[in-house]
Amino acid sequence: MNLFEYIRAGSVAEAVAAGALPGTAYLAAGTNLLDLMKGGVAAPARLVDITRLPGLDGIAVAADGATHIGALVRNSALASHPHIAKTYPMVAEALLAGASAQLRNAATTAGNLMQRTRCPYFYDTASPCNKRRPGSGCQAVGGATRLHAVLGHSPHCIAVHASDLCVPLAALGAVVEIAGAGGTRTVPLGEFHRLPEDHPERETVLEPGDLVTGLILPAEAAAFAGHGRYLKVRDRTSYAFATVSAAAALTLDGDRIGAGRLALGGVAAKPWRVAEAEAVLAGAAPGADAFGRAADALLAGAAPSGPANAFKIELARRTVVRALTLAQAGTPARMPALPASPFARSAGALHA
Amino acid sequence: MSIPLQLTVNGERRDLVLEDPRVTLLDALRERLQLTGTKKGCDRGQCGACTVLVDGARVNACLALAVSHDGARIETVEGLARGEALHPVQAAFIAHDAFQCGFCTPGQIMSAVGLIREMRAAGETAVDVERVREGMSGNLCRCGAYAGITEAVVAAAQTEDAA
Repeated sequence: MNLFEYIRAGSVAEAVAAGALPGTAYLAAGTNLLDLMKGGVAAPARLVDITRLPGLDGIAVAADGATHIGALVRNSALASHPHIAKTYPMVAEALLAGASAQLRNAATTAGNLMQRTRCPYFYDTASPCNKRRPGSGCQAVGGATRLHAVLGHSPHCIAVHASDLCVPLAALGAVVEIAGAGGTRTVPLGEFHRLPEDHPERETVLEPGDLVTGLILPAEAAAFAGHGRYLKVRDRTSYAFATVSAAAALTLDGDRIGAGRLALGGVAAKPWRVAEAEAVLAGAAPGADAFGRAADALLAGAAPSGPANAFKIELARRTVVRALTLAQAGTPARMPALPASPFARSAGALHA
Repeated sequence: MSIPLQLTVNGERRDLVLEDPRVTLLDALRERLQLTGTKKGCDRGQCGACTVLVDGARVNACLALAVSHDGARIETVEGLARGEALHPVQAAFIAHDAFQCGFCTPGQIMSAVGLIREMRAAGETAVDVERVREGMSGNLCRCGAYAGITEAVVAAAQTEDAA
């Protein structure tokens, strides 16, 4: 790990001013950043510790029903918060399907958004990587690509964003609150992460010094509380990143779907949400036919980024159908012992 | 650069001065406070051997900067026993043959203590084996003593003073 200057910020304004200096990184729990620094993947000259910033560790429900989640709320605290678990159950399920209990006790909400890809070539400093060293090339292309992107990738980068949390947040239309030199602004989570295109090193819309201060779940997201599921397919039943994951939520209006929300994880550099897929669900009769058509619309344009990941397209399609089937059955009264797992006994899954 | 740091470790106030902000909580415990019960396995947050409780919650000490934890309350494996009387989780690990080489054991035990606290805080009175396996997945055991570890944690979770 490189030597760095350590600054403990006392206010958001102080943090933003210090954060704008070149070579500066914000430190919250550090569960991803310290790992990157130990591997020489990240080498910030200055760390601005934001863990003592006042007012960023709370969850508050506004009069209009919107829920504000502070940037420093730990993953475990967010998942176990009664309002979150009851009103946005797929957010809790996704959190509990991520990482290990130790990491969830430390990792923060904003840190989850800001985590870097787990592409092994990004981590291997001996490999060229356009994210780590812009313009150096991409060793993943033509390499071992089993877990790489099948949507939104470019010839310059085929990495995926590893977050579970961001998938249901994107589906529910969460908004990111950002403090910067010019004041505070909000950006929909769906527009927060960038696709790689020609500049894979630009991963988010943040400008130097910008600090994520919180997330807002809009009031209308509460309508999906009764039928919201996160389903995560992975190589190990616990403590593994998604091969493919899906967040699926419905409102049911008699024998018809009122509205549907849908997003995929593990397939692109951002959570993948497509308006056409949700339009297929609105007003349709819930079932294999509508769910299949929604999955097809969500995966329109999917293409393998290497021969080893072609299977992810069909896997994603089936994961979406199964997640929608679980959502239709209803949010379980209790969180399954294996959250989001297709192997959970209480998941009520169809083993078709 | 000298950075003063105060920790409460196993109930005892400890003052130290770091000459470098890079010191992890794990290295502060092992190298500065000579509390070597907490183990350094992967040092990258993947194996759980360094698990300690920070302000009551289990975390990976290898992925925590000591300087960021000024004022924190730390519990390590050294603080569990009361004199010669083992903590119920320690006793359960022996009773259920929950280790072979023992290197991962302090982390396993601290993780189990944290898990049992989490289950009790959530009002989970019935102990579900699958829940225990999932809750312990952040602790790897290269000897593969998982069957005994799971048995030990399930048994300890049913004793009154295990948290």
